[in-house]
Amino acid sequence: MNRLTRAMTDLQGWFNDRAPSFGPFYRKHMTEYYAPKNFNIWYIFGVLSMVVLINQIVTGIFLTMHYKPSAAEAFASVEYIMRDVDWGWLIRYMHSTGASAFFVVVYIHMFRGVMYGSYKKPRELVWVLGMLIYLVLMAEAFLGYVLPWGQMSFWGAKVIISLFGAIPYVGGALTEWIMGDYLPSDATLNRFFALHVVALPLVLLLLVVLHIFALHEVGSNNPDGVEIKKGPKGNRWSPTAPADGVPFHPYFTVKDTFYTGFFLIICAFILFFEPTAGGWFLEHDNFVEANRLVTPEHIKPVWYYTPFYAMLRVVPDKLLGVLVMFGAIIVLFFLPWLDRGKVKSWRYRGTGFRVAIFVLGVCFVWLGKIGAGPGTDPVETIVGRVLTVLYFGFFAFLWAYTYFGWEKTKPVPERVTGHD
Amino acid sequence: MANDGVDKGRRRFLTATTAVVGGVGVVAAAVPFIKSWQPSARAQTAGAPVEADISKLEDGQMLMTEWRGQPIWIIRRTKAQLDALPGLDPLLRDPKSENAEQQPAFAQNEYRSLKPEVLVLVGLCTHLGCAPKLHAELKPEPFDADWKGGFFCPCHKSRFDMAGRVYSGVPAPTNLVVPPYKFVDDDHIIIGISEGAA
Repeated sequence: MNRLTRAMTDLQGWFNDRAPSFGPFYRKHMTEYYAPKNFNIWYIFGVLSMVVLINQIVTGIFLTMHYKPSAAEAFASVEYIMRDVDWGWLIRYMHSTGASAFFVVVYIHMFRGVMYGSYKKPRELVWVLGMLIYLVLMAEAFLGYVLPWGQMSFWGAKVIISLFGAIPYVGGALTEWIMGDYLPSDATLNRFFALHVVALPLVLLLLVVLHIFALHEVGSNNPDGVEIKKGPKGNRWSPTAPADGVPFHPYFTVKDTFYTGFFLIICAFILFFEPTAGGWFLEHDNFVEANRLVTPEHIKPVWYYTPFYAMLRVVPDKLLGVLVMFGAIIVLFFLPWLDRGKVKSWRYRGTGFRVAIFVLGVCFVWLGKIGAGPGTDPVETIVGRVLTVLYFGFFAFLWAYTYFGWEKTKPVPERVTGHD
Repeated sequence: MANDGVDKGRRRFLTATTAVVGGVGVVAAAVPFIKSWQPSARAQTAGAPVEADISKLEDGQMLMTEWRGQPIWIIRRTKAQLDALPGLDPLLRDPKSENAEQQPAFAQNEYRSLKPEVLVLVGLCTHLGCAPKLHAELKPEPFDADWKGGFFCPCHKSRFDMAGRVYSGVPAPTNLVVPPYKFVDDDHIIIGISEGAA
């Protein structure tokens, strides 16, 4: 025993001599990263998105071992994975259901940020990096959806790529450049595969690392929106650490592990009993091989794009529709500067903010429903326009509300609630 | 070389010129990678414009060819068929061809063609891509007792007139697509390239 302990100590010493920065690095991000002790359930979704990211990478690597990135073979190779590869169906569904799970947790994670003002100073950079992750994630998911080369892969790709055709002058040449052909084809599928499995995952991982590093520089926000670093010092572990912080490891790693287990149970249930979620996670049309001569009855994207797709469709002009759609995402980047209120958490913000954030949520979900439908009902188009205006209205209202000082905030406590 | 004074101007100049030359190098090196995304020589050959000989096309006849995997119809319309077109306007969804995506600018006219009598169309129904059938004669048809000639899609009963314009109240949302094309001479058409375009 003594000998073993001594061997371990020696090994640790050997490591520390050669890489003296590893120990402090680990402590900075794990055992000496002090997170607010009043985290609630909304604070599990960042970790859950990491869990899903790892799931996507691992299942993705195994899928590439059987998948063929060519227009002639792709569809059949996915069916081969589903039917003939041992446990292939599970790995494929873990990947395709994982994509939807990714967006579920990311959307909740983002909404949490808006609720508690996590995007505000000093966390603007954390928010912007997070938005970049969201943008890359949307591109990654779109590219991935094309790979099975089903009907919705092909026609979805055609519609989305044609959006770039709305750009004046260069639009036509740009779409040909993206596709490497005059319509989505073998060349398109092949390059989308390269982007999906190599290029974007690398970018995504880099951004996730930067997102976490940026967060650990400024420290986590919390449901009260109180800066624990500005509060009293000294806790059980360190006399200089914030009194209202507890070490991320082991305290939050244990909590996150518990909720990860809970989350995985829900995921497993979907995976085993309803992997396509009735056409919401994988559309029925995508189980038919791509055919450029046969258009599906309704071309619609997967649920996580439908709010933006609805905006595109309710705007009568194509170029304007594209601008509105991309604008709806770009405007989120500017949220830290549009909202000039000093109070972070909605617990202490004005009634106007609480109403506005509720309206924003309703707009997003309702637009999502409209975008997933056939888009033929004229009443729905009018409703969609109103919702689109309200969506952008949230940002305009938030700016005016805080810039002109209309917001009546409640007093923010000195320390996080329930801090003992 | 023992020189205590640092020539800041010289250092700035060298930094700037190195950055500029390096930047130019990066841009130049990026060109091959960006260009590699262009349609390859093979894709360009497969998508090249096709020529059709219409010298033997009689009045009221249709000739079929293919361009970029799409069936292309060339029809020489009769005077009776052309004369019937203006009268159909009230029955059509887009009689003036205002949806600019369905035809090149040169075909946004009454006949949706360069020459009134010669009609060129992509032979795919704009509903779900079925192949509409040509019912050229102006005679009562089972689907329309007052038929003025045109196309009928057997899949979902969409109807189009002899200019490929869609009737109101059918599943197809838009007029049939007119591809870019031009005349080499009176008897030869090139499909895939517009008049005046490079």
